Amino acid sequence: MALDNTTVGSEVQIRLQSSLPDVAQTWSSFQGQERVVVPASHILTFLKACRDVTGFDQLIDLTCVDHLEMQGAVDRFELVYCLLSVDVGTRLIVKTYLNEPNLTVPSATQVWFGADWLEREAYDMFGIVFEGHPNFKRLLLPDEFVSFPLRKDYPQQGRGERHNFPIITRSKS
Amino acid sequence: MPLELLDSPGLLENQKEGLWTLNFGPQHPATHTTLRLVLQLDGETVIDAEPDIGFLHSGFEKLGESLDFNQYVTIVDRMNYISPLANEIAWHHSVEALMGIELTPRCKYIRTIFAELMRIHDHLLCTGTCVLDLGGATAFMYAFNEREYIYEICERASGQRFHTSYTRVGGLLYDVTDDWIAMVRKFCKNFPKAYADFAGLVMKNRIFIERTRGVGVLSKEDAIAGGATGPVARASGVTRDLRIDEPYLAYNDLDFDICCAKAGDCYSRFQVRMMEMEQSLKIIEQAIENLPSGPIYNEEHGKTGVPDKTEVYRSIEGLIHHFENIMPNRQMNVPVESFYAATESPNGELGYYIVSDGNFRAYRARTRPPSLLHFALFPRMIRNCMLSDVVAVLGSINIIAAELDR
Repeated sequence: MALDNTTVGSEVQIRLQSSLPDVAQTWSSFQGQERVVVPASHILTFLKACRDVTGFDQLIDLTCVDHLEMQGAVDRFELVYCLLSVDVGTRLIVKTYLNEPNLTVPSATQVWFGADWLEREAYDMFGIVFEGHPNFKRLLLPDEFVSFPLRKDYPQQGRGERHNFPIITRSKS
Repeated sequence: MPLELLDSPGLLENQKEGLWTLNFGPQHPATHTTLRLVLQLDGETVIDAEPDIGFLHSGFEKLGESLDFNQYVTIVDRMNYISPLANEIAWHHSVEALMGIELTPRCKYIRTIFAELMRIHDHLLCTGTCVLDLGGATAFMYAFNEREYIYEICERASGQRFHTSYTRVGGLLYDVTDDWIAMVRKFCKNFPKAYADFAGLVMKNRIFIERTRGVGVLSKEDAIAGGATGPVARASGVTRDLRIDEPYLAYNDLDFDICCAKAGDCYSRFQVRMMEMEQSLKIIEQAIENLPSGPIYNEEHGKTGVPDKTEVYRSIEGLIHHFENIMPNRQMNVPVESFYAATESPNGELGYYIVSDGNFRAYRARTRPPSLLHFALFPRMIRNCMLSDVVAVLGSINIIAAELDR
């Protein structure tokens, strides 16, 4: 991708755009924080390039946002990777969009092993499936749980989840 | 009880022979709160550990989507309840970064003093209970004596000892008074002696050193790739401290050092925390003597915060101000954006990723808890250590289950 139709951004942007010319990248910035949106099909390639080309050696946070009730939003789920280069101190936020029914992305555990629990939490709360994760199951909620509570269509009040769990009496335990 | 936890996926069938499984927690004195470990042991050597968390999950992030930026401060208090004000400062730091609010110098200094008091508060508990778990009950009492006085300082400023809910968007609940300043000065005067007593009981204690040195080693590479921050990362040789690398509040004006160690074992983590307490005291001493005068809310950003109750009840301007800031349809404008901002909490990088839809409440309020990433590193630290080292390692990484599970 040629750089001429976009405004030339920071060094990180230039290096990532020139090393991955085939990946569509939408760069933006808010109050000095750089964000980039990458298609979900290329997310693993992009994250690897972030680590190897631009030296983002720490995954600070991985989270998800449900855009169901957001006005003007087109896509439902947004995965957010907050990256940090420990020595230099630069930060980058990588985002990708996912829509039902295909809520599957490759796992970032092979890039930073710290993604392990963060990905399990994103599955636990939003139902995003990370392919290639070594130990993929719920993290905070019990395994018998069926819903994904941080989704916007999950009500904050009024749904007792007691029916999900078996009743164990003292004699049966 | 999910039985597959008992089955370590990382081990081959023939390696499992002769191993035994031990359930540790969720109710165990060394977990302090509720967390569970399933340990695979060969004799007394830990082969593998599988943490099982979520016992204290309370849906804080869901609540963050229905409470406004000022109300949610009562919830973030309860995340790391060992240092409640540090969470409040981190939360409102993120909100103010999103809204582009600049604080007044006085507010910055008061928050800095509280942030450092909370660092001492947290480290005293962490180091104190770490020693307690290893059998040294005396040092723990010296630590808790000082913690008690910090509670009194919090009470004097906010009216609450524990869950203070003291910060507000763009300011603080109340301004501090002269006797609060006197109390902080008294703390600065008394703390070095208590610290020396505490350090003297522990730092050269042969039993303590032999229980912690070389135990639970975390390499620098693992610390970085695993997302460790704060004292845990600094004990492994990472020289990063957000107070210096991304200065916020008044840290730019103050003189202090980053405390680091290289070994990455329990003893280094303990040492880093001890050294950080000295630096925090140095920061508090500088900040309290240079506390600027002036307002605690920045009037440039219009009427932020909640006005004083005497003003609300006795003047029409105060009542209007209160109304404008409390009614959901009249609150401050927030850009429709998303932003990640973090502060150096006592435990590590405590960040909030806030997505806003233009209302004065978060559309999504994500907490980046340091405990979560530190506890994920626990199996790496404990491998090939002894069973009795489990409590030493748990104590040294300071896992707060309320923050872990949110």
